[in-house]
Amino acid sequence: MQYLISVIHDKLDLAPSDEMAAIDVFNDRLQTEGHWVFAGGLGFPDTATVIDNRGEDAVFTDGPFVESKEYLAGFWIIEAPDLDVALMLATEGSKACNRKVEVRPFLVE
Amino acid sequence: MIDAREAIIRAHREEWARVVAALARRFGDLDIAEEAAAEAFAIGVERWPADGVPPNPGAWLTTTANRKAIDRIRRENKRVEKQKEAQVLSDDEPPEPLGAIDDDRLRLIFTCCHPALAMEARVALTLRMIGGLTMPEIARAFLVQESTMGRRITRAKAKIQAARIPYRMPSADDLQARVSGVLAVLYLIFNEGYLATGLDTDPVRGDLTAEAIRLTRLIRTLMPEDGEVAGLLALMLLTEARRTARISASGELVTLDEQDRGAWDSALVTEGHRLVRERLDTGMAPGRYQILAAINAVHTSARDIRDTEWSQVVALYNQLVSLDPSPIIALNRAIAVAELDGPEVALAIVNRLEVDLAGYHAYHATRADLLRRLGRSLESRTAYDKAIELAGNSAEAAYLSRRRDQLG
Repeated sequence: MQYLISVIHDKLDLAPSDEMAAIDVFNDRLQTEGHWVFAGGLGFPDTATVIDNRGEDAVFTDGPFVESKEYLAGFWIIEAPDLDVALMLATEGSKACNRKVEVRPFLVE
Repeated sequence: MIDAREAIIRAHREEWARVVAALARRFGDLDIAEEAAAEAFAIGVERWPADGVPPNPGAWLTTTANRKAIDRIRRENKRVEKQKEAQVLSDDEPPEPLGAIDDDRLRLIFTCCHPALAMEARVALTLRMIGGLTMPEIARAFLVQESTMGRRITRAKAKIQAARIPYRMPSADDLQARVSGVLAVLYLIFNEGYLATGLDTDPVRGDLTAEAIRLTRLIRTLMPEDGEVAGLLALMLLTEARRTARISASGELVTLDEQDRGAWDSALVTEGHRLVRERLDTGMAPGRYQILAAINAVHTSARDIRDTEWSQVVALYNQLVSLDPSPIIALNRAIAVAELDGPEVALAIVNRLEVDLAGYHAYHATRADLLRRLGRSLESRTAYDKAIELAGNSAEAAYLSRRRDQLG
């Protein structure tokens, strides 16, 4: 079962080096224990482009699709047998990156 | 010849959680478990009067419910997937021996009280899945529309399924925190019964306090070694013992000092005291429920309010404050301090809590009483007004109004 751990942040700053180091330690652990699927940090929301190609012509819009103080700063995708394990890992992830995180399951079937 | 109706009511009380839990384990789906269990009981209601009560009602209900669950899965034509899913869930590693009985009901309780669910969903799920209350009963208990309660439970069940909230004992590392989570749900149910909110509701809801006690007894059977489980049960029993003495015939709150102690339920008091003593004898450091139970044991040991050992009550509160430095605990401690060191000392403590408790009726009620005892009637009246305005319980509001109107 895969879960998305979203990293939520409300300031436009990058993680300082000690936080980056803690994140590396956490990532190593995810890999060693077989939970690692993928992870990454994202550019600031104002670097986003929204595309809507539901109509006849594709429309490009500058900026994030939703304006809010809190934004998605990065994410992990992990493999875990159940929510208890996912929550335990997310708890440690939140500590490592010093940010609030959200856990969501991927759809199965 | 056992009356069939009585037998089914009894089986519902004693077997509901076991049937749901066994099905949840087998099929890995709370929705199927709940529906099939309800169907099995409905069939029992229909058949037992004619066919006679089966020799082992629990086994009969489980078998019937199993059959119903399989019928439903076939109907939904999802047999293969569901059985595969059930296989996955029951293939979970066996739970580590934790000194607890490995009981499906315990797994079900931990699932219903999972920290990833909203508190109100935990309460609703626990009353439905473990308590066997119907949706209308739960909706009535919490004064919400049936449809709202239905959505709450449906959403919680869907989250359990989609996010894969596991159906097993928490790990040893987690166990203590998860047990506290379960106890918080039960205490909330109890308190909603004991101090029911809503000015047009009964001030005390005996159905809810009784249900909370029944569920806590069940958990005590399943985790007999856990001190906080015993503590919470003792706390509930010693509180419940005073329930009838706590509301007057005219529906007014009767405070501890004015209660008719002869009207307390002595069997509950005895049982509560026995549990408190049992915990004391272990010599283990008590948690907050055990300390609260001990405080209630001191109160219920005094034949008269004047015989209360206030120094002991204050000592226990000091212990509690060191575990839980919340302003509400500090407020209750101050009430005991007033008896030991006088209302002036207590008032100074209470006044310091204003920042945190200005919106809490008991803060104003306590101040009002202390000011009254100090002869500061004008200030006392203002505090009573504020307390009445904030009181959510009809009996409490009636009591506070009378006290205010008696001020000179």
